[in-house]
Amino acid sequence: MRFAVIVFPGSNCDHDAHHAAKEVLGQEAEFVWHKETDLRGADAVILPGGFSHGDYLRTGAIARFSPVMDAVKKFAAAGGPVLGICNGFQILLEAGLLPGAMLRNRGLKFRCEHVHVRVEQTDTPFTLACRQHQVLRMPIAHGEGNYFTTPDELRKLEQNRQIVFRYADAQGEVSDEANPNGSIQSIAGICSEQRNVVGLMPHPERACELSLGSADGLVMFESVVKAHAAGLFAVAASVAKAGALTAAGSASS
Amino acid sequence: MSAPQKHDRATIERHGLNDEEYQRIVKSLGREPSLTELGIFSVMWSEHCSYKSSRVHLRNLPTTGPRVLQGPGENAGAVDIGDGLAAVFKIESHNHPSFIEPYQGAATGVGGIIRDIFTMGARPIALMNSLRFGELDDPRVRRNMEGVVAGIAGYGNSIGIPTVGGEIAFEECYTGNPLVNVFCLGIAKADEIIKGVAKGTGNPVYYVGSKTGRDGIHGATMASAEFDENSAEKRPAVQVGDPFMEKLLLEACLEVMKTDALIGIQDMGAAGLTCSTCEMGSRGGAGIDIDVAHVPQRETGMTAYEIMLSESQERMLLVVKRGREREVEEIFEKWDLHAAHIGEVTDDGLMRVRDRGTVVAEIPTGALTDDAPVYTRPMSTPPYLSDVQALSLPEKPASADVDALRALLASPAIASKHWVYRQYDHMVRTNTLVLPGMGAGVVRVKGTNRALALSVDGNGRYSYLDPYRGAILAVVEAARNVACAGAEPIGATNCLNFGNPERPEIMWQFGKAVEGITAACQALDIPITGGNVSLYNETDGKAIYPTPVLGVVGLIEDASKVLGRCFKSSGDAIVLLGETRHELGGSEYLKVTQRLTAGMPPDVDLKAERALQQLLVASAREELLLSAHDCAEGGLAVTLSECAFGTGGVGLRVDVPAVDAPAAWASVAALFSETASRVVVSVPREKLGALLDRARALGVPAREIGATGTGRISVSINGQGVIDIGVHEAEAIWDGALEEYFKQRAA
Repeated sequence: MRFAVIVFPGSNCDHDAHHAAKEVLGQEAEFVWHKETDLRGADAVILPGGFSHGDYLRTGAIARFSPVMDAVKKFAAAGGPVLGICNGFQILLEAGLLPGAMLRNRGLKFRCEHVHVRVEQTDTPFTLACRQHQVLRMPIAHGEGNYFTTPDELRKLEQNRQIVFRYADAQGEVSDEANPNGSIQSIAGICSEQRNVVGLMPHPERACELSLGSADGLVMFESVVKAHAAGLFAVAASVAKAGALTAAGSASS
Repeated sequence: MSAPQKHDRATIERHGLNDEEYQRIVKSLGREPSLTELGIFSVMWSEHCSYKSSRVHLRNLPTTGPRVLQGPGENAGAVDIGDGLAAVFKIESHNHPSFIEPYQGAATGVGGIIRDIFTMGARPIALMNSLRFGELDDPRVRRNMEGVVAGIAGYGNSIGIPTVGGEIAFEECYTGNPLVNVFCLGIAKADEIIKGVAKGTGNPVYYVGSKTGRDGIHGATMASAEFDENSAEKRPAVQVGDPFMEKLLLEACLEVMKTDALIGIQDMGAAGLTCSTCEMGSRGGAGIDIDVAHVPQRETGMTAYEIMLSESQERMLLVVKRGREREVEEIFEKWDLHAAHIGEVTDDGLMRVRDRGTVVAEIPTGALTDDAPVYTRPMSTPPYLSDVQALSLPEKPASADVDALRALLASPAIASKHWVYRQYDHMVRTNTLVLPGMGAGVVRVKGTNRALALSVDGNGRYSYLDPYRGAILAVVEAARNVACAGAEPIGATNCLNFGNPERPEIMWQFGKAVEGITAACQALDIPITGGNVSLYNETDGKAIYPTPVLGVVGLIEDASKVLGRCFKSSGDAIVLLGETRHELGGSEYLKVTQRLTAGMPPDVDLKAERALQQLLVASAREELLLSAHDCAEGGLAVTLSECAFGTGGVGLRVDVPAVDAPAAWASVAALFSETASRVVVSVPREKLGALLDRARALGVPAREIGATGTGRISVSINGQGVIDIGVHEAEAIWDGALEEYFKQRAA
């Protein structure tokens, strides 16, 4: 299958997501520059981590205006799997593809460390290979990952089973101590109502090889490969125009 | 040529120049300089840019070797790491700005060193830093440290280069003069290293990046003077960093470098447009003719003087092949950057600066660089030395050994720095094999089986007590840390932080330290490929400890064989490599338990050190070891404890060798002496024999001292128990000590 990794000028985990998809999973992966308007046949889209436009304003606030976001929105509306990691999650919030907003971490400091998350939902394209309540150990690296939303929206998220990941301890117990940034209800990641758009603050792409300290993130990529193989979350041909992605305009190096 | 003029003494002094230097300027121009020219000379001949006091000493450093692709003199050094690749690296200080404005000072220090690396055509893949602050009881120090750490994090995290390690120490002498030394490593194709050179008459000169403002004017001159109570007024001379702009520059420049349209490139760091222009011209034996009117400006009404001396950040100067301009411009446009054509390369060897066509400066490029003054400054032994080198221990130690261990684990110099590195993104780019605090920083090189281990080290207290030994100890510790990861040290960079070189005793410290680095690097066969000198680190006439900091890069051929400091499991043999002597001089033990900074720092047998490092590299390659951790601050007891931390409670029971020392001090000497050339390794039982054989063959003392896995840290000397403490209890002290200082502040 073919992954499109969107590259905003300040993306800095684009190469990591590309490496995970291509080198670790052995799938096809291409960079798509944010000024492009066509995802050219991608089967899944990754919005990677980073500081899309410097994020001096709100994180992701400018990225949502990038030309490529129209294509991402269409792709999402057509049911295609979209994964927003860290800054990518923040962009999905700003773009209205996922509900809620980010506050600064409650400690007011950037935090980079391995944390545990508990998988709450296994019917999204990025968790369907997980066991219910499986605990994944993955790194976080953010200053604004304190997820917040209104009580109404929160109720809706609960009702629709849109909370996909919660921060937990190694045993899967959700607690305030295990919540690294103060996110409401320990939310680490959510999905859209249609379940095909998933955003999370932890970095699964940094946890795909044991030599890096954890390979727990791999299951998220394996999930979407499995979904693709089973024909789940496939996009209508009219949206995903067939054809190879070219290197032109990519940020590969 | 407009307005050469006679300058009065006050103007000359304000430019940090003395009479003699002014006459030298007049002589090299054959006339009086214009004000713009005076400004240009003043920054280029500042200590920071010209190395005028240090150059005679630095010439002695070993800078060559079979792996060296680029030695000192370029933006960064480079060594061959095989597979057609080069490791490009350098360390640089940003001390003065980090005192005046901690966040921006540190942030722009990170930005500056990153530009030095990608300027060479290398993709930066790792950052490290070496920091020195005053004692943390002082709220001003905590504020300064919080700002520096946040600044390093803010810049490195945003641009997406992991900060994979470093070191921090605390001494009162750094209260008004913190040290912020930043190291960056990049990877380039060995045959595609790009230089900061201008050549080819008629080739266009481009300016790209942030617009020029009035920030940082005379930053280099500021970094070449001491501080006093008015230093806060110098805040406008500190620049403001924009990591997003640098990220755009980084990606765009690397893309331009992949074309062959580029002749040379240099960042505008200290002394900004002035330095980049004349250094590129000088290296290429060419002249450069630019018009400041074409320089993108952030403020209105800027004079040529201001534009040439501004140290606005995130700016690059490029020389492009004529006829290829459009290609280069298009790449910058893709990244929303505007490349401004500001001049041409000439064949007259002159740096010619125009302002809307009118020439305002015209200086031979060599006059600014190669002909800068070089001083052989007088040196004399500092009078304090004989007093502090004499160590008279009290009759008996002040505390029991286990209490001393507790105190040492809580000492900010030894305590876990996770409160700091948790603020740094240390995993981005998915190469970090050894996380910060777990040993040397280790990053894999994607596309190969190799990995690089990095360590920055230096102990100001040792160097204060004996700069020669202190410098040797800095080199051997950095190299040993790298060897503990299983890496062969292949190159080094140094950052030399000292006081006012015009004082003979400071210059003596400097000279001795360079001698020490030279001796150690020669003995270990590690070339110095570049570095940085920071002088005038004084506040109100009080100098910092002389602080040479070494950054060493080591190569691991097989990344799967990387070692960390942690014990792995129960029942493994613990072996002490090297021998402990009664060497408490300059130790953390004396500082923490006796409030004493005295004695001679540990002596180093460089042959023994080399053999030890060879043993480590060979044993790692043959997979004889499970972990390796060197003995440094705090001695053997601290090292053993640290091997148990981060393991989830794997403990140890060891019986360590007795040491020849007065009876009352015997256990202290065995546990807390900081004797060099020692490493604690853990070894699978079945490989113990092979390790001991190898050690014997290389002449390295090796002794099995015990085994892992009791949940406790139990240490005896000749069968007599001296320390017994639970791993979790000890680890909690070590883990929480630093954060405690910052919690206090919040409360």
